[in-house]
Amino acid sequence: MIRVDEKGFYGKFGGAYIPEMLHPNVEELRENYEAILASQDFQDEFRGLLKDYVGRPTPLYFANRLSEKYNAKIYLKREDLCHTGAHKVNNTIGQILLAKRLGKKRIIAETGAGQHGVATATVCALMGMDCTVYMGEIDIARQRPNVERMKILGAKVVPATSGSKTLKDATNEAMRAWINNPVDTHYIIGSVVGPHPYPEMVARFQSVISEEIKWQLKEKEGRENPDIVIACVGGGSNAAGAFYHYYNTPEVRLVAAEAAGLGVSSGKSAATTALGTPGILHGSKTILMQTEDGQVVEPHSISAGLDYPGIGPVHAHLFDIGRGEFVAVEDKDAMGAGIELSRLEGIIPAIESAHAIYALNQIEYGKDDIIVINLSGRGDKDLETYINWGGY
Amino acid sequence: MNRIHYLFNNKKERVLSIYFTAGFPQLEDTIPVMEAIQAGGADIIEIGIPYSDPVADGPTIQESNKVALDNGMSMKILFQQLVGFRAKIHLPVVLMGYLNPIMQYGMEEFCQKCKEVGIDGLIVPDLPMQQYLDEFKEVFDRYGIVNTFLISPQTSEKRIREIDQNTDGFIYMVSSHSITGAKADISEEQVAYFERVKAMNLKNPRLIGFGISDAKTFSEASKFSDGAIIGSAFIKVIKDSSNLNQDIQEYLKGIKA
Repeated sequence: MIRVDEKGFYGKFGGAYIPEMLHPNVEELRENYEAILASQDFQDEFRGLLKDYVGRPTPLYFANRLSEKYNAKIYLKREDLCHTGAHKVNNTIGQILLAKRLGKKRIIAETGAGQHGVATATVCALMGMDCTVYMGEIDIARQRPNVERMKILGAKVVPATSGSKTLKDATNEAMRAWINNPVDTHYIIGSVVGPHPYPEMVARFQSVISEEIKWQLKEKEGRENPDIVIACVGGGSNAAGAFYHYYNTPEVRLVAAEAAGLGVSSGKSAATTALGTPGILHGSKTILMQTEDGQVVEPHSISAGLDYPGIGPVHAHLFDIGRGEFVAVEDKDAMGAGIELSRLEGIIPAIESAHAIYALNQIEYGKDDIIVINLSGRGDKDLETYINWGGY
Repeated sequence: MNRIHYLFNNKKERVLSIYFTAGFPQLEDTIPVMEAIQAGGADIIEIGIPYSDPVADGPTIQESNKVALDNGMSMKILFQQLVGFRAKIHLPVVLMGYLNPIMQYGMEEFCQKCKEVGIDGLIVPDLPMQQYLDEFKEVFDRYGIVNTFLISPQTSEKRIREIDQNTDGFIYMVSSHSITGAKADISEEQVAYFERVKAMNLKNPRLIGFGISDAKTFSEASKFSDGAIIGSAFIKVIKDSSNLNQDIQEYLKGIKA
């Protein structure tokens, strides 16, 4: 069974390796989150907002021309149609409702591409809560529209200027900010990373994705289980959501597309399982890219949302036991797949999601196989990257 | 006898512990800085093992970690530098480092090396008590390495008692809700926390750290504890020093005055 244990581990990975200063916050969350999530009042409000505010259920769309091209039955789970443009909002809605019930007044968050930052700023505006988002200086430069969206929504955006100045460092800064404000502040982590209970909690909020895939596929194909689910993995929240209800259904293949950057062996990559080894990052034991000496390696991906040196502990476990198939997609191939999907289906995907599309070229399948690709976000935020890349 | 135990058996007030980052400001400064700290009259030396992602540290120590790594400092080099240091240094020496670099080195090998060169204790800020008890205590004990836990103003009385039961070195009291550095003065709220913990009559000595920078804050903190730890302020002293030995001794003289 793939399931988190009492101490927050998925097999060898997970746990809560945090400074004592964070212990009370994390403990408060761990003690309360399951009861809150299980309460009718929470479920009503969460489900209500997912429906009326986020626009769920998102369509499960049969991609006719893509299917023809790749000679399989390919469905796209349209998380790109969520309010704010990506799956990230499923989690921020859940966490802000939780934060309210814990009596918190302020929200902090980290962001890479800015999608989680925007999703957090959005729910803070919705709930009238104070919001600060930490974002790497480099990401601020390459995701300008999202920075402005956060500001329009009333959030404060604080640049992370240490290390590689990307997602990893934004996460460090958010953790430091939480240490400095432990009582009235909730930290909305955007992926299935961080100390227990975050990875499981975020996965549960995102699990609505596979919950919907099951009944939608049943309606369309008369069966709940596809042959293959493909999702991109940075920290891995959209993948965790798309895989969640299939973890323990071994006949469904789970394919995770990591970012290979300029190439797995180029030194400019974010292909964590290909290049990483077990270690501790951001409070959990997982697989991460590091030197022999245990220093975290600065990753590279053209997609800010995948530019992270680790993966969520649940994905480390899926990799470790062979339950997940991990492929590494290079920048150029992801960009090509993004343009291809635009031309074939009229959908410009986020560059993160384009990695999942390209994975079709890297796995084996049969022509009758039903493949669901989680289209985690839309490409609006990446327009500048597409423009600079050219080739269309 | 472990030097930490020996120290606290013989000194119960105004214990001064100084933190610096190994290989900072220059790679070869580790031992000279330790010698100057000892000559300046401090009681404990805390050597920081530089790490790429020090989440519990503020900007000053983050920067010293980065400089040390850029200088080429690594666990291997640190242990090479520490070979034979006991011929010069008699103070208790504690290594402070994040868990990941230690795990990559191997906990068993790490503790063995610590014992071999003469390290007395460890502070691993992201190793919580339960994980320590489950995974590593047996190894620490086998090599006679004392483990130190942090507590903060948010730590419950129940947990402070548990921590007190599970260490026999000293307890590192984080002075406020904060990462290292920052804060100029000690507030009333902090005093209340110091007094609350003091009144618990713990079996372990307590050192107060984070935000201690000068003679005034050192004396104030020492009123409520066995002493205090200075880190960021000391890093600032050595950062731009052209005469480490002289500047360190002068600074420490000022603290103890």
